Amino acid sequence: MKCQQCEKQAVFHITELETGAVRELHLCEDHARVYLNQTEGGGGSADEAEDAAAAGGAAGQLGVGQTADELAALDQKACDMCGITFFEFRNQGRLGCPHDYVQFAKELEPLIANIHGATEHTGRRPSRSPTTAEAAAASGTAELTGVIGLRQEMKDAIVREDYEKAKENRDAIRAIEDRWIPPARPESQE
Amino acid sequence: MQIMKLDTLAQSIGEWLRGTGPESDIVMSSRVRLARNLPQYPFVSRASEQDRADIERFLRERIAMSSAGPGLESIDVGGLEEIDRQFLVERQLISREHADAQGARSVAIDKLEQVSLMINEEDHLRIQCIHSGLDLRGVWEQIKVVDEQIEQFVPYAFHPRFGYLTACPTNVGTGIRVSVMLHLPALVITRQIDKVFRSLHKISLAVRGLYGEGSQAMGDFYQISNQTTLGKSEEELVEQVGDVVPVLIDYERRAREFLVRETEQNVHDQVSRAYGILRTAQTISAEETMQLLSRVRMGVLLGLIGDVKIADINSLLVRTQPAHLQKIRGIELDTKDRNIERARYLRQHFEAGGQNVN
Ligand SMILES: [Zn+2]
Ligand SMILES: [Zn+2]
Repeated sequence: MKCQQCEKQAVFHITELETGAVRELHLCEDHARVYLNQTEGGGGSADEAEDAAAAGGAAGQLGVGQTADELAALDQKACDMCGITFFEFRNQGRLGCPHDYVQFAKELEPLIANIHGATEHTGRRPSRSPTTAEAAAASGTAELTGVIGLRQEMKDAIVREDYEKAKENRDAIRAIEDRWIPPARPESQE
Repeated sequence: MQIMKLDTLAQSIGEWLRGTGPESDIVMSSRVRLARNLPQYPFVSRASEQDRADIERFLRERIAMSSAGPGLESIDVGGLEEIDRQFLVERQLISREHADAQGARSVAIDKLEQVSLMINEEDHLRIQCIHSGLDLRGVWEQIKVVDEQIEQFVPYAFHPRFGYLTACPTNVGTGIRVSVMLHLPALVITRQIDKVFRSLHKISLAVRGLYGEGSQAMGDFYQISNQTTLGKSEEELVEQVGDVVPVLIDYERRAREFLVRETEQNVHDQVSRAYGILRTAQTISAEETMQLLSRVRMGVLLGLIGDVKIADINSLLVRTQPAHLQKIRGIELDTKDRNIERARYLRQHFEAGGQNVN
């Protein structure tokens, strides 16, 4: 593949991720450098969508330095829970479920680094149960995102009239939810 | 939590439009929002109709159980007419995206309209808090409590490394968006506004026009907010935005002084003409109204117009918008009739000496 700006071989395959749109760029080393310098910290575009605008000038570059084949393989990768493919995510700019941050951690990391200039959260952490808050919230999230997959399997099982399997999944969902969702306070329920 | 009737809202005005609070001659409002998601459901854009209904009910019931619940009223946004959704957007209680979305969604708001909880916007839950004037600290302290109260009953999707997980990676980490809405007419008139914004982008703050489409701000109202949400604490991000505001206030004040000193007659003329049109026009668009109210607002602050209160102008900025106008008049109107009705409303308002006209 040739560079979009000159006759040289394109070695950088960049995907610009903007709110609701995706733009592919294939550039030689020199032009990629020019391009990346331009976009770095550039003007954030105003967006009608509340707050989603912030990608702006810091829009993430994906797959810098990856070959087209590698990118194609990456695009096929799907989330075990919600089924979204990385390609769908790149197209829509929205992830499918919280588990995507685990499933696509390696792929998302450079994107997140590009948007935020950091990859480590240093702010507040859930404090529901003070002693084990952090660990609990993290493992709670890990188990609860499993419910997304179990729920889908349950629906599929009902469709093919495998009620045994559907019941199994329903019980599994209940067990996870009982473990991780804080108990309701019945007296204040309307 | 009770179910709210919108018509009662039309008679009042949100706390953030009071036109009070520190630096309220330039800072219209201070706002913070937090993005939160449930781990047991797909994000909203990938959630089925059933999922969305379940998410909405789960969050609504759980919020009602929490200590935040008693002060809140819930509005079923999905069940509203287009004009009512537009009405909530004009009051900044919901976003345009929330208004235009599909499926089950709702918003819970408090009586002062300081707190609003959008369910099924881009994220499952968006907590927003807004105060009049410059009060980012106060907003942050308030929203932090609401977040903690809800967290007692709601599991939040959280990752030890990436923090609070959001539908768009641009919000991941703290999920926080800190913003101030500024009225900067003198910087616009003296053509310094672009320079100011370029310098803001350099320190990764975002700027956008409040009411206008795209970057063209209508009525010289601009919103400044943080662009990144990961790697810094919430307090640091509140400070990042907060630190730049006094600088902008100073620029705007100096530009206003310059205008008065160097071109007083000219400014006085512009302001008086704007006021004159608002008091006498027979038909007027929302855009023109906004632009003229902006000028009059500056005139009042410069002491060039005596008999108008800032709170009135703030209130008119919202009440002359399409959905508000129709709610106040109690009838649906097309654009042409709205322009006539808007002019009539403005004339009556100023004739009555700034009393709200219904
Ligand atoms: Zn090239
Ligand atoms: Zn997923």
